[in-house]
Amino acid sequence: MTNGTEGIRGAAAFVGAATDGIGEAPGFSGQELAIRASLKAMQDAGIRASDIDGVFGALSAESMCGVAVSEYLGIQPKYSNNNKIGGSTFLSLTHTAAMAIKNGLIETALIYYGSNQRSAFGRLAVSATHQSDYEGLYQPRFPMTSYALAASRHMHEYGTTREQLAEVAVAARQWAQLNPDAFMRDPLTIEDVMASRVISDPFSVRDCCLVTDGAGALIMTSAERAKDFRQKPVYLLGAAGEHWHKQISAMPDLTVTAASKSGPRAFEMAGLKPSDVDVIELYDAFTINTILFLEDLGFCPKGEGGRFVSDGHIAPSGGLPVNTNGGGLSCVHPGMYGIFTLIEGVQQLQGECAGRQIEDAKVALCHGSGGVLSSQVTNILGTEEVL
Amino acid sequence: MTNALPGTSPEKLVFPDQSPDTTYQDFLRNNQFCIQHCNECQNFLFYPRLCCPHCSSVDLEWREASGKGTVYAVSIVRQRPEKGGDHNVVLVDLDEGPRLMSRVDGIPNEDVKIGMKVKASISVNTDEDGDTRMVVFREA
Repeated sequence: MTNGTEGIRGAAAFVGAATDGIGEAPGFSGQELAIRASLKAMQDAGIRASDIDGVFGALSAESMCGVAVSEYLGIQPKYSNNNKIGGSTFLSLTHTAAMAIKNGLIETALIYYGSNQRSAFGRLAVSATHQSDYEGLYQPRFPMTSYALAASRHMHEYGTTREQLAEVAVAARQWAQLNPDAFMRDPLTIEDVMASRVISDPFSVRDCCLVTDGAGALIMTSAERAKDFRQKPVYLLGAAGEHWHKQISAMPDLTVTAASKSGPRAFEMAGLKPSDVDVIELYDAFTINTILFLEDLGFCPKGEGGRFVSDGHIAPSGGLPVNTNGGGLSCVHPGMYGIFTLIEGVQQLQGECAGRQIEDAKVALCHGSGGVLSSQVTNILGTEEVL
Repeated sequence: MTNALPGTSPEKLVFPDQSPDTTYQDFLRNNQFCIQHCNECQNFLFYPRLCCPHCSSVDLEWREASGKGTVYAVSIVRQRPEKGGDHNVVLVDLDEGPRLMSRVDGIPNEDVKIGMKVKASISVNTDEDGDTRMVVFREA
């Protein structure tokens, strides 16, 4: 490695992935849901806890989750990490895990997440963050109003319409209808989205992510070892992140996220470009996210996102498969959705997605966002053919 | 080693004797909306800080803001009347440069538009915990 752009390309691969408790899982704690997902991912990979020597993840309700989850499963990791960049955490942890694997620090990593926010609280768990008084005094609905402000600016600068935002929610719902695990699968039209209760203009309730329970886990190992696993390895080809602010009032330009930096660097590491991507999984906490990230990651020019998603272009019948599980808008959103972008990306490249499977998918882009459009982390995954 | 870090050499690393949040509130209680100016890079900053986010300098000086600004983004938070009813939330770009969250008073929420010129005033909210002072805006 000489200039750093090669990074961790192809050094590590996902060999197991699973979700658990998507929707409602009453009677279990967030940690227990994470344990269940971890056991399913371990079974998927065909390994036991004793095969894992690196532990990476987050729980909404336990800041010392690294030691808690390891103790529970009986893992004695040589290295563990829990960072604090919101819903983008997991896509950063895969980067860290791949570096640890490439450096020989560990051989096999568990990446986990679990939350029971719906059963426990019935509202969005804003994972241990708080607003400063400089914003809180004005009583925004947190975090919805922060994203609504970004949407207002995008509409002002680029003529993005209320209908175009609704297109994002409708596309997500149509994908969810192809996913038996998705939480909301009722038919949804643009008119339905626009007629639903307004929360914080321009957003109605259908522009906002779900409040569900749910957990997910992934197993990552070195590229050499990955060939011995029963699952088709999915390689991490590119990873990059960046963040510019915590609170929305400190975001330099509300129409441009740090994905405009993380995306190009992840593509450079992967040696790929947007047109090489077969399936796109974006953290869609709100409808504006999908539009902003499609622009910032290079799938359409800045300002064109609204028109780009129109006429069902990112829906199952459209030209570009985006959020094929139904996303945070219609599949699952337990508070930190990022890990689900990775699980769907891995399973698409393994050909395991049944009715929503993208035929012959070889490259997936997974993108996590944390805070209020704050932290942006991009992962690019590929099958052996693109290694 | 000299001048390794221009503007942040140790002899200049002098901190104020109280939190800048407290100083900001002290000014508000005196009916002044003050923001910090960086004497090193000449930028203004908000929220109050111990250092300049543009150049890392701690050589900051409080100056009374012009109060003039422009609405950068707007949302109306919808709430049932018993919960206080609808209210607007805006981001305002001050003429000095910094952006802050606030609200625009004196006109219907629907009339608050991006690009609107606004002027700051200090609003006082009195309840059992005492006075809370906050910067709000009106159409200029």
